[in-house]
Amino acid sequence: MGILSQTIVPADAWAGFKGDKWRDAVDVRDFIQNNYKPYEADGAFLAGPTPRTLKVWETLGVLLAEERKKGVLDVSADRASTITAHDAGYIAKDIELIVGLQTDAPLKRAIMPNGGLRMVENGLEAFGFELDPSVHEIWTKYRKSHNQGIFDVYSPEILAARKSGVITGLPDAYGRGRIIGDYRRVALYGTDALRAFRLKDFRAIENEVFNDDVMRLREEMSEQYRALDELKEMAAKYGYDISKPATNAREAIQWTYFAYLAAVKEQNGAAMSLGRVSTFLDIYIQRDIDAGVLTEEQAQELIDDMIIKLRIVRFLRTPEYDQLFSGDPTWVTESIGGVGEDGRPLVTKSSFRFLHTLYNLGPAPEPNLTVLWSTKLPEGFKNFCAKVSADTSAIQYENDDLMRPKWGDDYGIACCVSAMRIGKQMQFFGARSNLAKALLYAINGGVDEKSGAVVAKGFEPITADVLDYDEVMAKFDKMMDWLAKTYVKALNTVHYMHDKYAYERIEMALHDRDILRTMACGIAGLSVAADSLSAIKHAKVKVIRNEAGLAVDYKIEGTYPAYGNNDDSVDSIAVWLTETFMKKIAAQPYFYRNSMPTQSVLTITSNVVYGKKTGNTPDGRRAGEPFAPGANPMNGRDTKGFVAAGASVAKIPYDAALDGISWTASATPDSLGRTGEERAKNLANCLDAYTAAGGFHVNVNVFNRDTLVHAMEHPELYPQLTVRVSGYAVNFVKLTREQQLDVISRTFHSKM
Amino acid sequence: MDILRAITRPPKAHAPAGTHSSTDFGYLHSVESGAAVDGPGMRFVFFMAGCLFRCVYCHNPDTWKLHNGRKITLDDALAEVKPYAGFLRMAGGVTISGGEPLMQAPFVGEMFKHFKSELGLHTALDTQGYLHASVDDEWFDNVDLVLLDIKHSDPEVYQRLTAQPLQPTLDFAHRLQRLQKKMWLRYVLVPGWTDGHDDIARLADFVANLGSIVERVEVLPFHQMGTQKWAQLGMDYPLAGAPTPTPESTAEARSIFAERGLTVF
Repeated sequence: MGILSQTIVPADAWAGFKGDKWRDAVDVRDFIQNNYKPYEADGAFLAGPTPRTLKVWETLGVLLAEERKKGVLDVSADRASTITAHDAGYIAKDIELIVGLQTDAPLKRAIMPNGGLRMVENGLEAFGFELDPSVHEIWTKYRKSHNQGIFDVYSPEILAARKSGVITGLPDAYGRGRIIGDYRRVALYGTDALRAFRLKDFRAIENEVFNDDVMRLREEMSEQYRALDELKEMAAKYGYDISKPATNAREAIQWTYFAYLAAVKEQNGAAMSLGRVSTFLDIYIQRDIDAGVLTEEQAQELIDDMIIKLRIVRFLRTPEYDQLFSGDPTWVTESIGGVGEDGRPLVTKSSFRFLHTLYNLGPAPEPNLTVLWSTKLPEGFKNFCAKVSADTSAIQYENDDLMRPKWGDDYGIACCVSAMRIGKQMQFFGARSNLAKALLYAINGGVDEKSGAVVAKGFEPITADVLDYDEVMAKFDKMMDWLAKTYVKALNTVHYMHDKYAYERIEMALHDRDILRTMACGIAGLSVAADSLSAIKHAKVKVIRNEAGLAVDYKIEGTYPAYGNNDDSVDSIAVWLTETFMKKIAAQPYFYRNSMPTQSVLTITSNVVYGKKTGNTPDGRRAGEPFAPGANPMNGRDTKGFVAAGASVAKIPYDAALDGISWTASATPDSLGRTGEERAKNLANCLDAYTAAGGFHVNVNVFNRDTLVHAMEHPELYPQLTVRVSGYAVNFVKLTREQQLDVISRTFHSKM
Repeated sequence: MDILRAITRPPKAHAPAGTHSSTDFGYLHSVESGAAVDGPGMRFVFFMAGCLFRCVYCHNPDTWKLHNGRKITLDDALAEVKPYAGFLRMAGGVTISGGEPLMQAPFVGEMFKHFKSELGLHTALDTQGYLHASVDDEWFDNVDLVLLDIKHSDPEVYQRLTAQPLQPTLDFAHRLQRLQKKMWLRYVLVPGWTDGHDDIARLADFVANLGSIVERVEVLPFHQMGTQKWAQLGMDYPLAGAPTPTPESTAEARSIFAERGLTVF
């Protein structure tokens, strides 16, 4: 009997489940710990794609090809999106197992003007669509957007820093994202129970003093349970009643997906991550398999079908945004694996099933499959992951042994590297500040090396012809103070306004009432700044000034040790930079909503754009040349191979960068071993060593330079070619040519 | 001392001109911390400077000159590997390549000795074997595996290809057999130079006769990634623009070895 025609017997949704705590209060972790079944063997049990799965995927393939040609297939420009704005939509209604689309048709994008009307209008115009005049009227006459609120507050200095690129990528014209609703709650409890829990929270504070915080919280909670009602209404359009808990595997997946779908109907966040659902869902799948009502093939089919949906999450964005972030990213990050606080691996058969979709459906950048790596993971899983990496390049790894002590064993990764306890923590995404450019500001006394404009006021330039390390450091220290101050002021503004005008109703409905908020700052240009300081310290760096007296170029005499060769004489500079800037951030007087300041060393792919905005640097990098991504050493300077490079990156202390440290490593298949088995074993060993050394994150790319060059010339032949860039994966053929060349020019670590 | 060894040991030859005889220091071209195809598992590779071969297809001509290398002491060499010793013990080991490491046999011998005794690492020597007679049998006690590169089976072509005679390398293979030293045979497949069926078959016969010491044969298809290095050194690259082997011809070469019961990659 096909899974579609199975009759669903009304039953006790929680029959057979163990544990008590989670029954009386929302506690998904307790449910998981009491009921999941660790799986320690290999992937031999996995099932291939069914003809049904392939048919759905092929139906979509036609639309995806058309989308690649046009950039955007279609837009619902007639209305602002809400959870219930659109009718039900399908890819192939009769054969879909898991249903639900962002609008009423696949790949048709929604508009979300709360984040900023200009972003919507520019996006529509760029792809040849027209906004409904009433939407324009509402968001110009009657309704203010997040973006407008922010620019009402920004200071001239923030505007100048933003324009010059010393602070870049602020979510002030787009949705901040990086908030993970605990979408599993909807499957475990149903929306009615969640609503009742939230109402209880709401009532619990009705006798408090109504100050700003309490009033804001009460207003937000009212929005939250309304959003839960809308979620129920949305599911009803597809014929499902999700007011009650899911009763079987298919419902659990469907309910979880519906909850996520509501979030991506409501918010165009920079990263709309899924969380950590695979082991949770495995409990339902295992229960059905044990009861004899689900086969392995059917279980895989359900996962494949959900993954298909996650692959086609789309947002309308502008070409400039896509240039900054490479392609069309959504960061539907799903965190897989890891080890529990009790030492049992959180690996289940569904951890394998999720990764197996990369074979059943072919590689893809989304969802952003992230393995929480621990040296204590079962060997079978380690080798399977390494094999999938070598075959598809579509996995990233993050160090569970580093994160578990900080965040417990039910955290997920938002976006690329940001860990947060699911449903108990969120972040205020802060993009990043450009340390390499700040160093140039220190040398030029706050004058921008490209425009000649004064960006940081009140600083004196260095006038010596040869840079003196101590003088540069003293000035750089002060410039970092200025940068941290300007940066945090901007971030406070951004998140105050985002809460006010573009609040994430459904995502926050799936959080606890009281949560930890982090203010996630970030730095770019770490290796350029570290190498520049190393050159100034260990070699002789002469300044070349233009007629206006501005330092515009540098001449290096002698050699200097470069970051990325496991050499403490320069790696210590990178560590110092990270720790020092974090201290300067933390020293700021105010963080919106008592948020905890953190930072990341992550550039996503904006390393190309940052490079463009930064002049010649004292390390010998030319103006406009891309930075290395994330915490990577500069291209070509890590001359001792990737193990030494990884050892350098692993020195950057997680405690000074709790929002994550990203490293992208590339290798050709031939350089990893002679056979598939050797390659998997070698890669797994390297991951163990990197993790044991304290390395936080690594993207693993395994491909040939020739393949990439060929794909640049013949994109139509490589629709699914996936490469990992700083923190996530992209379709190679969707990158700009500049980004493609950057990916190719990065060190390939294939022995010559 | 092993009696059998003592009796059959060949007379020790003088170190040929151009080699480096100090045990205190050597010349290093570069290191690679993450190699996976230069011995079993993950290898830390020392590329020693200096080679007296002038192979027409050399992809590392920048390693030819001994004194172009960086002068290092034994402590320097140990300091390079030490940070990775734990990883390498679990995942692989250390390989000394070049250049030709036997150009600096006394120093390289010390390196092996200390990598083994102080760090407990699996060790591999990547060589073409020509200079083997300059070291005695004990030298190999600290070498777990030899990656032996035999560039051709015809003495005349070998001479043209490398500017040196073939016989010492064949003698070295027999010596390894006598010492029962594990070996991986490496053969670079260059269209028009080393892809003749009979030449490969002759080599395969020779290798098969070495018996169980040969753990695997690696047929390495010639590539053009060394081109730029010849240009940088201002030298004419004899194989500029030469074709790389087709997948079919590589497969065929491998099958010639495989037919003789050898494990081939």
